[in-house]
Parts: sequence; C-alpha cells; structure tokens
Amino acid sequence: MSPTRRAPRKNYLTEDFTLRSWFFTTDHKRIALLYFASITMFFFIGGAAAAVIRYVLIHPDGAPVSAEIYNRLFTMHGIVMVWFFLVPAIPTTFGNFLLPMMIGARDVAFPKLNLLSWYLFIIGGGFVLYALFVGGLDTGWTFYAPYSSAYSSGHLITAVTGIFIAGFSSILTGLNFIITIHRLRAPGMGWYNLPLFCWSLYSTSVILIIATPVLAMTLLLLAAERLVHVGIFDPTLGGDPLLFQHLFWFYSHPAVYIMILPGMGVVSEIIPCFSRKEIFGYKFIAWASVSIAVVGFLVWGHHMFVSGMSMYAGLMFSFLSFAVAVPSAIKVFNWTATLHKGSITFDAPMLYALGFIGLFTLGGLTGLFLATLPVDVHVTQTYFIVAHFHYIMVGGMVTAFFAALHFWWPKITGRMYPEMWARFAAVLIFCGFNLTFFPQFILGYEGMPRRYHVYAEQYQMLNVFSSGGAGVLAVAYVLPLLYLGWSLIWGRRAGPNPWQATGLEWQTPSPPPKDNFTRPPKVPKKPYAYVTPGAEHG
Amino acid sequence: MFNLLPQAGSLAHEVDNLFIGELIIAGLMLGLVFALLLVYCIKYRSGSGASRANQEEKSWVIEIGWTTATLVAFIALFFWGADLYARLYEAPPNTLDIFVVGKQWMWKVQHPDGQAEIDALHVPVDRDIRVIMASQDVIHSFYIPAFRIKRDVVPGRYESLWFHPTEIGTYALECAEFCGTDHARMTGDVVVMSQPDYEHWLAAQGPGDSLAASGEKLFRSLGCGGCHGQGSNVHAPDLAGLYGKNVALADGGFARADNDFIRDAILLPQKHVPAGYLPAMPSFAGQVDESQILALIAYIKSLDAPRGKTP
Repeated sequence: MSPTRRAPRKNYLTEDFTLRSWFFTTDHKRIALLYFASITMFFFIGGAAAAVIRYVLIHPDGAPVSAEIYNRLFTMHGIVMVWFFLVPAIPTTFGNFLLPMMIGARDVAFPKLNLLSWYLFIIGGGFVLYALFVGGLDTGWTFYAPYSSAYSSGHLITAVTGIFIAGFSSILTGLNFIITIHRLRAPGMGWYNLPLFCWSLYSTSVILIIATPVLAMTLLLLAAERLVHVGIFDPTLGGDPLLFQHLFWFYSHPAVYIMILPGMGVVSEIIPCFSRKEIFGYKFIAWASVSIAVVGFLVWGHHMFVSGMSMYAGLMFSFLSFAVAVPSAIKVFNWTATLHKGSITFDAPMLYALGFIGLFTLGGLTGLFLATLPVDVHVTQTYFIVAHFHYIMVGGMVTAFFAALHFWWPKITGRMYPEMWARFAAVLIFCGFNLTFFPQFILGYEGMPRRYHVYAEQYQMLNVFSSGGAGVLAVAYVLPLLYLGWSLIWGRRAGPNPWQATGLEWQTPSPPPKDNFTRPPKVPKKPYAYVTPGAEHG
Repeated sequence: MFNLLPQAGSLAHEVDNLFIGELIIAGLMLGLVFALLLVYCIKYRSGSGASRANQEEKSWVIEIGWTTATLVAFIALFFWGADLYARLYEAPPNTLDIFVVGKQWMWKVQHPDGQAEIDALHVPVDRDIRVIMASQDVIHSFYIPAFRIKRDVVPGRYESLWFHPTEIGTYALECAEFCGTDHARMTGDVVVMSQPDYEHWLAAQGPGDSLAASGEKLFRSLGCGGCHGQGSNVHAPDLAGLYGKNVALADGGFARADNDFIRDAILLPQKHVPAGYLPAMPSFAGQVDESQILALIAYIKSLDAPRGKTP
C-alpha cells in the first residue's frame, strides 16, 4: 500500500457523525478519544493551578494570594494531576486505542465495560471539579489524617467521593486490559511477540487492580471518620494517624509505577523504530516491567522515614527501595544499547523519547538519594522531593505522553503534524522543564520546605528561575495543541505506516476502520524486526 | 551550594559527605548514559558512514554485567546510609532533654527547669540534646536544616530526635509537614549559645517552677492524689519509682512505663489496665493539654524515691 493511495471511504471517525454515536460508542478507538478530550481538559486545569502557584512563589511574601487560597491551589493541582491526568493518561488513551490493534484484535474484551469506565471517570471528575468550584479543599493530595478528618474545613468529602468513583474506572480498565491480552491475541501472537507497550500495560493493569481497592477503602474509612467520627486515624478517637499513611502509600507508591510504566512502554516502541534496529534485551525490558510492578508493592514505607516508623522498618524499606531501582536502570541501559549501531533519525517522537530517557534517568537517580535514610531525613518534605517526583511524573511520564502523541498521531487522525514545529516544541519542553525543576533540587537541599507560600528571602533567586522556567514550559505545552489542531485540517495525509514501523497497528489504514483491520494482520515471527541499513546479517 | 546552609550539627557534615558521595555516583551514571546517548546519536545518525557490521545480538553477559554493577553500587550506598542512620536515629545516653509541643501554628518549648518559650529554642553548644515532642492537634514536622534533622510530630504519641550543636549561632526551625492554613508561618529560631551564655539565658527567664514542680501542682489540682496518694483508701497503682519499670497488665501482657504509657494512662486509661487493679481511672482527655501532660510525666518521673516519700 503506497502512502499516496486515497484514504478508505469509511474509518472509525467517519463511520457515523451523530453525538449519540460518540457517547454510546463501544469502539475502543472512540473511547480513547473521549478520554483524550477529558484528560486534556484536566491537564490544563491542573496546569493552570501550577501556573498560579509558580507566579505566587516569585515573591517570598506570598502575595497576591492568601494562605488559604494557596493551600487550595496546590491541593487541587495534586488531585487533578495525579488522579485525572497522570494515572489514566497513557493507558486510557493510547492503551485503549492501540492495545487491541497491537495484538490483532477487533476491540477490547469488554467494550461496554470500557465505555462504563469512561463514564465513571467523568462522574468522578465532575465531583472533583464541583469541589473545586465551590471552594476547594486544603489537605494536599495526600489527605493526611487527622488534619483531613478532623481539622480541615474544605470540601473533602466531595473530592474524595470523586476519587473513589474514578478509582472504579481504573479497576475496570485494568481488568479489561488483562483479559484482552490473555484472550484476544491474534493467532501466532505469543507472549514474547507482544510489543513492550503491551507488557507495560499488563504490568500497569495488575497494579491498578490490586492497589486501587486499597485506596478506595482508605478514602472510605477517612470519610467515615470525618462524617460519623468512627475512630480510625484520629488519636483523640482512639485511632492511629500512621495507619492512614501506611494504607495511603500502599496505593500511592505503586500508583507512581501506574504512571511511569506505560511511559516506559511508549519509549520501548519509539527507540527501535527511529534507530531502525531491533530492541536490545527484549525479555529483560519485559520482565523489568513485571518486577517493577511486584517489588513496587513493597516500598511504600520510604514515604514515611521521618514519620515515626521504627529504625528497622526504615532500614528494610530503604533496602527495598534501592532494589526497585535496578529494573529501571536495566531499561535505561537497554534503550541506550538499542541506539548502538542503529541508523538514527531525529523526528519529534524520537526527540521526546530521548528527552524521556534523560529526564527519567535524572529523576530516578535522585530517587537513590531519597532511598538513603540520612539524606532522606534531611530532604524529605522539601523542594528536593518536589523536584524528584516532577522529574519522574512530568519529565518522564508527560514527555512520554507527548512522544506517544506524535508517534501515533498519524495513525489516530490520518494526518501528519508539522515536523519542525513539533521538534521545536520538544526542545522547548525539555529546556523549560529543566529550568523549572532543577533549581528545586538545590532549594530542597538548602532546606526550603514544600507547601510554603511564604519563605525566607535567601530562597528567592532560585524560585524566580523556577517560575521563569514554568513560563517557558506553559508556552511549550500549549504549542502542540495549536499545531496538532492545525494538522487535523491542513496536515499531509499520513498513509498507513509513515514511520515504516513494525507493529500490527501499522498494517491497517490510517485512520483505521471501525473493526481495526480490513484483512487479518500478519503477525511477524518476532517483534521489532527492523533492518538497519548497512548491517550485515548472518 | 552548601554556603547558604551551615553545618551546625555534629552529623551535618557526614550527611553532606554522603550526599556528595551520591552526587558523584549519580553523576557518573548520568554522565555515562548521557555520553553514550550523545556519542551513539552522532555516530549512528542516519546516513553516517560508521560501520553497522556485527551488531550485538542479545547478550546475557552484558545484561547480567550491568545489572550486577548497578546492584553492587546500590547496596554499597544502602550500607553507607544505614550505618549513618543508626547513629542519627538512636540518641546517646545522658542527653539534655527538652520538651516541645507543636500546635497550629506554633512551637511551644519547655525546658526541664521550667523555662518556656514559643517559636524559639535556646540550647547550649557541644551538648547532646534530645527533643521530646508531642502534638496538640495535627501532624507537624520538626525540621532544623542546619543540623540535617527532621522528625514528624504525630498526635497521640511522643516522637523524639537528638542533635549535638557544634557552632554557635541562630538557625531556622521549620514545620515540614503540612498542618493547615498557616503552615508556612510555623517557623522559629534555634539559638545555639555557649555554656555560660546559656546559663545566663536560663537565669534571665526569671524564677519559676521546674517542669516537675508544675507537674506536682497540677497533680494536686486535678485531684490525682485522691487515689494515687499515700493515704488514699482507693486501690490505685503507686506511682513512686514507676517510671521506666515494666508493668504487668490485666490482660496478661507487659508494658514499659515510658512517656507514651503514662500519657495513655491519663487520656485513654482503659487501653492498659495494670494487673490487680479495677479499670476505675477516669479519662482526663479534654482537661489537660499536651504541655500539662508533659509536666505530669516529669513529676511522675521525679518520683523515683523509694516507697513512703510520695507527697
């Protein structure tokens, strides 16, 4: 099929134009687009809160907002970004869109359940937005008791209800993906033929199913204590505040891997494609995803080194936290080795993927500092932590999201984006990001606590750098919205496989027909069978 | 980058050294990855003349090699950290004990001789100092960056940390756990003074009751002596010499009579009923605040005399 051939008359977008056909669709591709619109909205809401936060922090005196408003801003930023952008971002959009096509299926295992997931997500998001518009809440996204259960005056119950409901969306999506991967693989698609993106989605889904119910229970207990004063976390009612932290982090640490594993999957697709070379260490990358998912359940205590755990518990969690970093390191080494003797082109998806490796590596290495007990005692709850997790979440996960967006944009829309603008945005995001968050490592080591809107004057200069970087970053994040929007109408037609990539999703027209494939896809003997120009094979 | 942050505690330079050690290791790993990315991206860019012959197929040796190397580096860092942490965690014997109560949004400090201060902590240089902390309301976190120490102050229990100031000066004290509206203003000064200056400062605070003496007054005014006193007809535990002992409990277990135990006995008396006694003690929750409980504990702790000397 040559790229100049006309696009097929009917594809999943042109199948039907009614609103009903969108809101009652069971097509995984349309559901992916519903999610895409929703999470984009949440990303810009959470981003707006961040922009105000960075604006306020230019001055040490905290003007122009009051402490109450500042506390509500960072709480809303955290809640919206964690549960309504980072956790669902890649699985529900690219996961939904691509997983069935990558394994040669017509849809996910339970298409109606998939639609229900989206409705749950939107209902949950509605509760949170309602809480935001009627005044917000000021507990921080971590809801630590007894502040949240007995002292805070915000709309905690509304927000927690929203997260509780959205949690079921996560669980159903995870369930759907696991069963889809087990049951719907095309003939010849063995486990070791699966694209690494599918391995990472599988690992993510396992975490979603096991961890999310614990969050739901914790939030339920918190609501019970706040509403009817059942003593669970509040010591004046006979509860234990540390119990809340144990339960909360038992979900929220694995949730970090929910966010980053799909990003690693995306990068594992892009690096071999733009290196024209088989991925190095396929099985190691695949099993590294699984080990991260498993060991990730045993490290939650590293969020609590200074919260009153015994020394021996601290030592154990410290050791396990070092252990969980090993599989991540393995992935970075394998991606780097994939470049060796490849034939590398630097299209926008590749630039984003390389940016991901750089920022994720820096974020991961600073994680080692935090796993080391005495250093953690000093820098935990400071800007060092803030910088560390933004390197993983924003530098890693959001960059991977943009990599995926550019890589599969031609598949999703049938159009090419403007390459030069995309490369410019990729570089701008990388620079803006580092300018925003690198100074925060130094601020943290010098002892500036997080969640402070008034601070000592000695910290001002670095805060001004950070806020300046945030301005650059804001522009860089709006740019893709503009040029990708432009490309929907004026973009060059993409053809089925503009990147000459090997995945099954590239064997079907762009945009794909409603049932994904016009004829059964050919499953290659092994994944990533790229041939490097100039390489001898023997 | 350390010039803004003084090393004023005995372990501060060790924490900094560990940090610098990690910077070097992390820098080497980052440098290696970045250098390889850069070299490969330039050398193997599409259309370059570099040879692509003999591509590495999968290699167990390489995989096992870098996995092991990473693991060894990580384990080394773990032990370096663990060794320092053990010293940072356990206070040495014979510390000067100072009591701190965190409440929204201030630090109340009580010295053993009765001096009290708010949002300031005066300590002598070159002494081992232990801070015993309670929270009146929510979780706070007691953080002195210049000493590289931090500990959450959790309501319902005592937490403690220790430090050994080595430099005279004034250092920032910060609340590091979000505790509500004015969290960012829950800050104060740690003033490290020479021993003579410290004694001057203590004396200048004016005559007052020691912590144990104000505890004794409280003990009387709350009517504790009605049951726990010498001549009482009520069958209640004798408190003299109780502190630090193991207490047999009615449920067959044992508990050490430490700060947490005594605090629970005052606020949640049903939690640990001593063996041989009826659960008759009423709760004093709501009648005494955390500072008063600390005074009561100081008083009970002072009753280490043999039987018969209780008031």
